[in-house]
Amino acid sequence: MMQQAPAFTIVILLLTSFWVPIIGMIKKESAYYLSLIAIFFSFLAACATLYTVITSGPIHYRMGGWPPPWGIEFVVDYLNGGVVVLISLISLLTTISAKKSVEQEIHRSKWPLFWSLYLLLILSLLGMTETGDMFNMYVYLEVSSLTAYGLIAMGERGALLASFNYVILGSVGASFYLLGVGYLYIATGSLNMADLNKILPAIYHSKVIFTAFAFFIVGIGLKMGLFPLHMWLPDAYTHAPSAISTLIAPTMTKVSAYVFFRIILSVFNPQFSWEVIPAATLLRWIAAVGIIYGSIMAIAQKDIKRMLAYSSISQIGYIVLGIALANQMGLIGGALHIFSHAFAKGCLFMIVMAVIYKTGIRNIDDFKGLNKKMPFTMAAFCLAAFSMIGVPPTAGFFSKWYLVLGTVSGRHWFLTAVILMSSLLNAVYFFRIIEKIYFSSFVGLVNGGHGHHEHHEVVAVAEAPLGMLVPILIMAAGILAVGLFNTQIIHLLLQFIVPKGLA
Amino acid sequence: MNTVISYKPLYAVLVSLIGAFFILFTNEKKQNLREAWTFIAAFIKFGIVVSMLPVILQGKVIKLTLLELAPGLSLMFKIDFFGLIFGLVASGLWIVTSLYSIGYMRGLKEHAQNRYFFAFALCLSATMGIAFSGNLLTFYLFYEMLTIATYPLVTHNEDEEAVKAGRKYLTYTLTAGVLILFAIGATYIYAGTLEFTPGGFLKGHNIPIGLLQVLLVAFLVGCGVKAGVMPFHAWLPSAMVAPTPVSALLHAVAVVKAGVFGCVRIIAYVFGPVLLKDIHMWLIVAYFVSFTIIVSSLFALASDNLKRRLAFSTISQLSYIILGAALLSKASLTGSILHIPNHAYMKITLFFCAGAIFVKTGKRNISELDGIGLQMPFTMGAFTLASFGMVGIPPLCGFISKWYLCLGTLQAHEIFFLFVLLTSAVLNAAYFFPIVYAAFFRKPAEATTGMAEASIPLVVPLSITVVMAIIFGIFPNFFFHFFDLARNAATSILTGM
Repeated sequence: MMQQAPAFTIVILLLTSFWVPIIGMIKKESAYYLSLIAIFFSFLAACATLYTVITSGPIHYRMGGWPPPWGIEFVVDYLNGGVVVLISLISLLTTISAKKSVEQEIHRSKWPLFWSLYLLLILSLLGMTETGDMFNMYVYLEVSSLTAYGLIAMGERGALLASFNYVILGSVGASFYLLGVGYLYIATGSLNMADLNKILPAIYHSKVIFTAFAFFIVGIGLKMGLFPLHMWLPDAYTHAPSAISTLIAPTMTKVSAYVFFRIILSVFNPQFSWEVIPAATLLRWIAAVGIIYGSIMAIAQKDIKRMLAYSSISQIGYIVLGIALANQMGLIGGALHIFSHAFAKGCLFMIVMAVIYKTGIRNIDDFKGLNKKMPFTMAAFCLAAFSMIGVPPTAGFFSKWYLVLGTVSGRHWFLTAVILMSSLLNAVYFFRIIEKIYFSSFVGLVNGGHGHHEHHEVVAVAEAPLGMLVPILIMAAGILAVGLFNTQIIHLLLQFIVPKGLA
Repeated sequence: MNTVISYKPLYAVLVSLIGAFFILFTNEKKQNLREAWTFIAAFIKFGIVVSMLPVILQGKVIKLTLLELAPGLSLMFKIDFFGLIFGLVASGLWIVTSLYSIGYMRGLKEHAQNRYFFAFALCLSATMGIAFSGNLLTFYLFYEMLTIATYPLVTHNEDEEAVKAGRKYLTYTLTAGVLILFAIGATYIYAGTLEFTPGGFLKGHNIPIGLLQVLLVAFLVGCGVKAGVMPFHAWLPSAMVAPTPVSALLHAVAVVKAGVFGCVRIIAYVFGPVLLKDIHMWLIVAYFVSFTIIVSSLFALASDNLKRRLAFSTISQLSYIILGAALLSKASLTGSILHIPNHAYMKITLFFCAGAIFVKTGKRNISELDGIGLQMPFTMGAFTLASFGMVGIPPLCGFISKWYLCLGTLQAHEIFFLFVLLTSAVLNAAYFFPIVYAAFFRKPAEATTGMAEASIPLVVPLSITVVMAIIFGIFPNFFFHFFDLARNAATSILTGM
């Protein structure tokens, strides 16, 4: 049983996604519970997988027993074992909290369809993380895109256009990726990542390999919303159903970021990605511009979902910057940021989902005095915002800390300034909201007095339902846990991604 | 150096952190229960801090390494002479301020008192953490926590002015935090350690001199923002919109002293006297803060709002401390460190007086204070004594620290700074004595009906602090051994032990 765990994470979701619409035809409500159970078991399988990896080293799982490089292989090592658990945990929590929101936002007749696609999306994300085969990766990439198109399109007015926009760009990205795979296959005759890693160094100076590498960067970069390939992201996050924004914001871009790591470090090797071609330099600048651009655009937004979307673009820049710094601290910072940002952004989107469910508020100006209504949710909001800003001891601080160390040890002073500048910009757009939530109940009726506030509006506490609140609080605890125990995470999972001999 | 491992510093930090949540979750109507939590936490904290005093006075260092925050970097508490002074001051004054807060907040029927006492307790936890932190990362953690925890106190009134002051406060302090983060990161990459060491740890790591200068500037500007060093002081006068107990404890003691404490830590425990002279920065720092000392006194002279005048006076006095540290002589370091508790006791008295006047009469401006001394003799008496102390008149404690600071300028052979200190003393007199004169010798504008002193919870704290200020002036080692601690700290910095 234990050795089947990597496949089990995916298979259970696949089978259930098939049954959900069928059983859903009989009883619509069952679709949700069926999905929830499947995701829960998938999560358990993910934990079992990670446990096996930690106790007995990376797993090479052969699908159907066919040996690589011909068969499809699942490779779960320390980093992606962690990412798999992260993704399935966040999916599980999102699913728990999404129930009421989905019931509110999606028409009853579409529920089975919705949950079926939802399962497929999670499946594809787990598959992208685990697979050790370049073409199989393409398959999962497409599954995730197609399901995301469908799910996003189920959202409010404007969702169709957003989805269509994403279809066009996503298809372009996928084509780039597929072409890259084709080039590699022509040049090497292999699709297995480990195998490619062995064959490629001999032909590193081939133009075909350069092109393939560039295509991969573009293809994956588009999927993860890396500036300037982010055009689809703000609309998609804004107009998608809240449950879907909550699911894809912390997971989809993070998985793509992980794939980015994988392609740069273990399909190609660092020597190629950083020395043979100057990808690192280029990516550093792209990331730096993206970080600042995302933050500034976030400040300009009025809709909270849109603001968070732009903030994601900026945060993706952090992860890419970490990779592109090409040193120990940078890589660790980038990888840790996958975790810290997943928790923080997941938490924020869950909060937004709860607020929309409870009050329908989306405009930042309407957040006034919300602390009286939803005190726990808003406390979690503050914590998540602190993590985004990088206030210690939250997770966001530590990933930023390693990134700063990475920029300093690489003597990239300008990039240090970019990271620090960005955290100030983050502070601007988050404190703007915190100020509204906590301190603006009296704005507009300034009585010139000094605290004799007679106009106490009595607002009844109307906290989010427990099903939403508990996941939010778990995520908030996760933010603190990732921060305080980042050393353990690094020792257990992340240190292995640093190539040997790298300073 | 003898090291004792003890969990006391952790408990000292945690007690108010846990207390804070008790306060937060107490029903807003059960005021007495909530205040009980505050006092329980305050007394336990004070007890813990005082119990560490004998060990430290023996020349030992209390150390506690907890959780590894980052590979090779732990959450580390280390209590030495210098840290303990700050811890003693903050935890001791918290008790007095809590009493005062109750009188003040209830007297004005303030809103959101739970949040207020909650944030206050958090601030104290952060301050304790700063005082007891053993390395720069731990220091930074608590420093940022303090920044955030003070914010709800600044914006407490929730009106436009308060929200604006809050924004200004965050803009300054968060930017400063980012500068410090940069400096800490670079220090770690180049030196490989962040642990505070008397006499500094940066020497001998072959760091280019230009970078060292940049780091020093980043560190000192970063900490200087909280310390109100000009031209980074603008947030402090605006933050006076906060309720007076906040101005008293945080903007005269905890927050701004955290900035000063940071500056001294950087100068004496990160760079160290030798290195500071090698990179030719000590005099630049000294001249820089001298500017603040004089100019902010002039600003104080020009402001009519009493709290604002006190704020500028604070800015000026804080720079005394940095000046003393930057001069790097034994007497100046002693005076500088001793000025932390001495200034705290005197300035908190002054703020308490300003608050008491405000609660009782609603007056904020100095021009309205004619004849108030007859109405509120205890309050204005305490005010008078404390302002004598600020000027440096014996037997108040301000005299002792200023005396050592002046000696220090001579020891460092920098006569110029002696004139700075003396000029500032004259200016202090110029902006404090008119208040005293007006309060006692001018006729009140409206006829008053004899004595109308503020309520007991307001008068008792300010009487306690002013009496303490006098006691410290006559017996500098009274109970807390501030003088011995300061002198030992100065010795350890200069000898590197």
